[in-house]
Amino acid sequence: MTKSKNLRSLVNVSDNFREVECGLTDVEASDEANRCLYCYDAPCITACPTSINIPSFIKSIATTNVKGAAKTIMTANPIGASCARVCPTEELCEGACVLNHSSKPILIGKLQRYATDWAMKRNEPLFKAGEPNGRSVAIVGSGPAGLSAARELARFGYKVTIYEAKSEAGGLNTYGIVSFRLPPYVSLWEAQQVKALGVTIKTNTAVGKDIAASELMKQYDAVVIACGMSHVPMLGIEGETLSGVHDAIRFVEQTKTEPLSSYVGKKVAVIGAGNTAIDAATCAMRLGADSVKILYRRTVEEMTAYHFEYEFAKQEGVEFRFLTSPQKIIANERGEVKELECVRMTLGEPDAKGRKAPVAVAGSEFTMDVDIVIKAIGQTRHHALIEAFGLEHHHGVVAIDQHTLQTSVANVFACGDVIFGDGQGEAMVVSAAQQGKVVANSIHQRLASRQVTTH
Amino acid sequence: MADLRTNLAGITSPNPFWLASAPPTNSGYQVQRAFEAGWGGAVWKTLGEPIINTSARFAAISFQGKKVAGFNNIELITDRPLDVNLKEIYETKKRFPHHAIIASLMVEPKQEKWHEIVKRVEDVGVDGLELNFGCPHGMAERGMGAASGQQPDLVQAQTTWAKEVAKTPVIVKLTPNITDITVTARAAVNGGADAISMINTINSLMGVDLDSWQTVPSVAGKGAHGGYCGPAVKPIALNMVAECARHPAIAVPISGIGGVGTWQDAVEFMLMGATGVQVCTAAMHHGFSIVEDMIDGLNNYLEEKGLASVSELIGKSVANYSEWGNLDLNYRTVASINTDVCIHCNKCHIACEDTSHQCIERKIALDGTPFLHVREEDCVGCNLCSIVCPEPGAIDMITLPYEQPPMTWNERQTVLATYKGK
Ligand SMILES: Cc1cc2nc3c(=O)[nH]c(=O)nc-3n(C[C@H](O)[C@H](O)[C@H](O)COP(=O)(O)OP(=O)(O)OC[C@H]3O[C@@H](n4cnc5c(N)ncnc54)[C@H](O)[C@@H]3O)c2cc1C
Ligand SMILES: Cc1cc2nc3c(=O)[nH]c(=O)nc-3n(C[C@H](O)[C@H](O)[C@H](O)COP(=O)(O)O)c2cc1C
Ligand code: SF4
Repeated sequence: MTKSKNLRSLVNVSDNFREVECGLTDVEASDEANRCLYCYDAPCITACPTSINIPSFIKSIATTNVKGAAKTIMTANPIGASCARVCPTEELCEGACVLNHSSKPILIGKLQRYATDWAMKRNEPLFKAGEPNGRSVAIVGSGPAGLSAARELARFGYKVTIYEAKSEAGGLNTYGIVSFRLPPYVSLWEAQQVKALGVTIKTNTAVGKDIAASELMKQYDAVVIACGMSHVPMLGIEGETLSGVHDAIRFVEQTKTEPLSSYVGKKVAVIGAGNTAIDAATCAMRLGADSVKILYRRTVEEMTAYHFEYEFAKQEGVEFRFLTSPQKIIANERGEVKELECVRMTLGEPDAKGRKAPVAVAGSEFTMDVDIVIKAIGQTRHHALIEAFGLEHHHGVVAIDQHTLQTSVANVFACGDVIFGDGQGEAMVVSAAQQGKVVANSIHQRLASRQVTTH
Repeated sequence: MADLRTNLAGITSPNPFWLASAPPTNSGYQVQRAFEAGWGGAVWKTLGEPIINTSARFAAISFQGKKVAGFNNIELITDRPLDVNLKEIYETKKRFPHHAIIASLMVEPKQEKWHEIVKRVEDVGVDGLELNFGCPHGMAERGMGAASGQQPDLVQAQTTWAKEVAKTPVIVKLTPNITDITVTARAAVNGGADAISMINTINSLMGVDLDSWQTVPSVAGKGAHGGYCGPAVKPIALNMVAECARHPAIAVPISGIGGVGTWQDAVEFMLMGATGVQVCTAAMHHGFSIVEDMIDGLNNYLEEKGLASVSELIGKSVANYSEWGNLDLNYRTVASINTDVCIHCNKCHIACEDTSHQCIERKIALDGTPFLHVREEDCVGCNLCSIVCPEPGAIDMITLPYEQPPMTWNERQTVLATYKGK
């Protein structure tokens, strides 16, 4: 099977940020594709949020029709190349593979990567824009949700303009998911495919700052809010502004956009145990840190990181300290992080949602030596932007119609992380991609007086 | 998108992929589902006097864990009344006017029987007829199917009878259970066939159960030979198509059948002279949707090759197929092992050592690593090593420069004869 490179260099840390998983060779892809049973009404299709016709694309790989395979994937999922790398496939398609019952599941993610890698290498256009229908749509944010909506709308013939605050398109795929799992060129290629359909992506343009929300509502027939979530919230403990305390999202972003700074000799504490915490912790390891500890106030059971992420982090040498909560960050004389004071926790009675609340154990305070603290306790919301559009929301989670993803304002739709939370949806690239498709369809149904053919 | 439309002796269809006359085309329900899935044509399950089938009809051979490498059946022609089939053909044609519907026919070798069925079938509006002279079991015992298909005079006579009344093109479907397919193919042409199709199934016994000692399949403790088809028969079918395609006296279009499961198989059949292909086993194994990749893969292949129409493939490799006597005896190819690609399984070495010409040597490099080396002067260029090699690119068969000018066996015989004559 494919080998993975998790050897780490302390000398040249940039080597550590190359993609960990290798792609399948032609022989591996052919062997694996020919192992697929080509089930009818296959459970893997149902398990994929974007309903990629998985047996069909695998059959195409088996017949060396790799272009056909790539097209099948990208038709259903405009973010299919990134998804091939970051989807929790054990929980989705591969988890549903019928061969789990008799042998080993098909490596669907790897086969998807094989086909999309081929398409990236060939760089042939896979889709055509639809006949222009004279209507225009503005999209706020070029992450998976925004790009997916844009691709579909362009195929329906809309004139689409994406407004993106950052200098490159792709959202968290470009800036937030670590390079050794998802190198930026993958999401940039996806954005390029969307641009090739005539979509304009105005980068370095923040809505609410460089252009007013009201302006978009005036200028376009419909607006899609796909701005994702924002930075990591404050812990609300002493010492949070010391030098050496980082926001996990910013921290990962720096590893993707700036020259890497070595962490050799450093002791790192990561607070939180979700996907972001894992990415930040493994990033710190790969920057050469002496030790990286993930502190989580609940137990391994409640952790939101996926099982494979947990395994990966452990393999990378990340240590886990469960039932541990930070109380205070202590500085040295130069105002840098020196120690972290923590308290041990215990799980109390389940709350209304059934989650057991962590309770501090009196008198269990202790300190640990740390040089770096990385906060990964979730993400805040783009409240100001949401309110600028006048959208109904609950704590920054935009309220939507479950079927159409329309917001409280007519002709304003929302998709991706901006509608995640409050028990609504999942913060995954693949769900953002699917919601983007749903939004495009809703807009089309609402606006199109006549059906426009897609190519 | 390349133009995938085909025209076989006047029968047009949106693409070259037809379902062969067999269980997938048993009813209007099935054929309509197939057309919805993308199939370009269907040869209806053979019509004739309804028969009685056995229970336990099919068996398949797995090869090293791969299911259905070959498939076998002891099923007969349709077991549904003729008028029911005709009504469904009529309805299907009405719903899919641009798809090809061909009626497969089998009746006793009597002129009036052929006249009668041809007229009845054409009345409901089929696009063509296929005369089934191929079914190797059950019908043969009644003097029909392969029994009549093995006798050139009966092939010709029955084709003539069908042609006497037919208004639509007549395809004659040939049995492979003969020594030389071109003999029966010529008989069909002499009888006036507008096209020929091949192959029907090959006589076979699929296996014997090691515990019960019963045949596979077994009908109440007894077995009988069946008809073999599926991936395993493709090379046999391809040869028969090619032999007919290159025969000067067989100048009619060919519908290629036997082991077609992918667009690549179809391309091969078409390059070897087929105008289109028919599929049975692959559809039975995977369902009608396999045609999606067949169409898409074929289209992508044609675009890659810069061909505007699938018809540009037809027969393009026929001229490359000949008799052994026309092969160049002075052409030399030898094996060459790429040590950096080789994965050191030694399969090529033992294949050559035990069963070919003992010219792959096991050596040790100066740094102690083992490698394999071909003694070129002893290599006869048989291809065996490259066939058993599991790693693509590890063994190349390379062409050597000519030491003697090209000469075929036939040319050599001519030269020898002139010497003898002197
Ligand atoms: C560290 C990390 C690791 C993750 N790992 C995985 C994983 O392995 N698998 C997985 O499926 N998911 C993962 N996720 C989640 C996944 O990245 C998100 O669910 C997904 O990116 C959401 O897509 P989106 O388009 O809604 O938002 P985003 O990707 O956040 O994109 C939003 C875009 O909007 C732009 N924007 C914001 N405000 C404005 C404005 N005012 N004007 C203009 N543009 C604006 C932003 O710059 C950004 O480009 C991870 C997330 C993080 C943070
Ligand atoms: C179960 C079964 C029934 C068949 N019945 C017929 C038939 O009624 N008439 C006919 O012309 N061929 C019949 N055939 C032969 C097929 O049409 C076809 O020639 C053969 O299966 C080779 O193609 P394949 O390798 O794609 O299966 C039958 C084949 C199978 C497997
Ligand atoms: S496929 Fe199975 S269920 Fe269907 S008729 Fe045959 S034996 Fe019966």
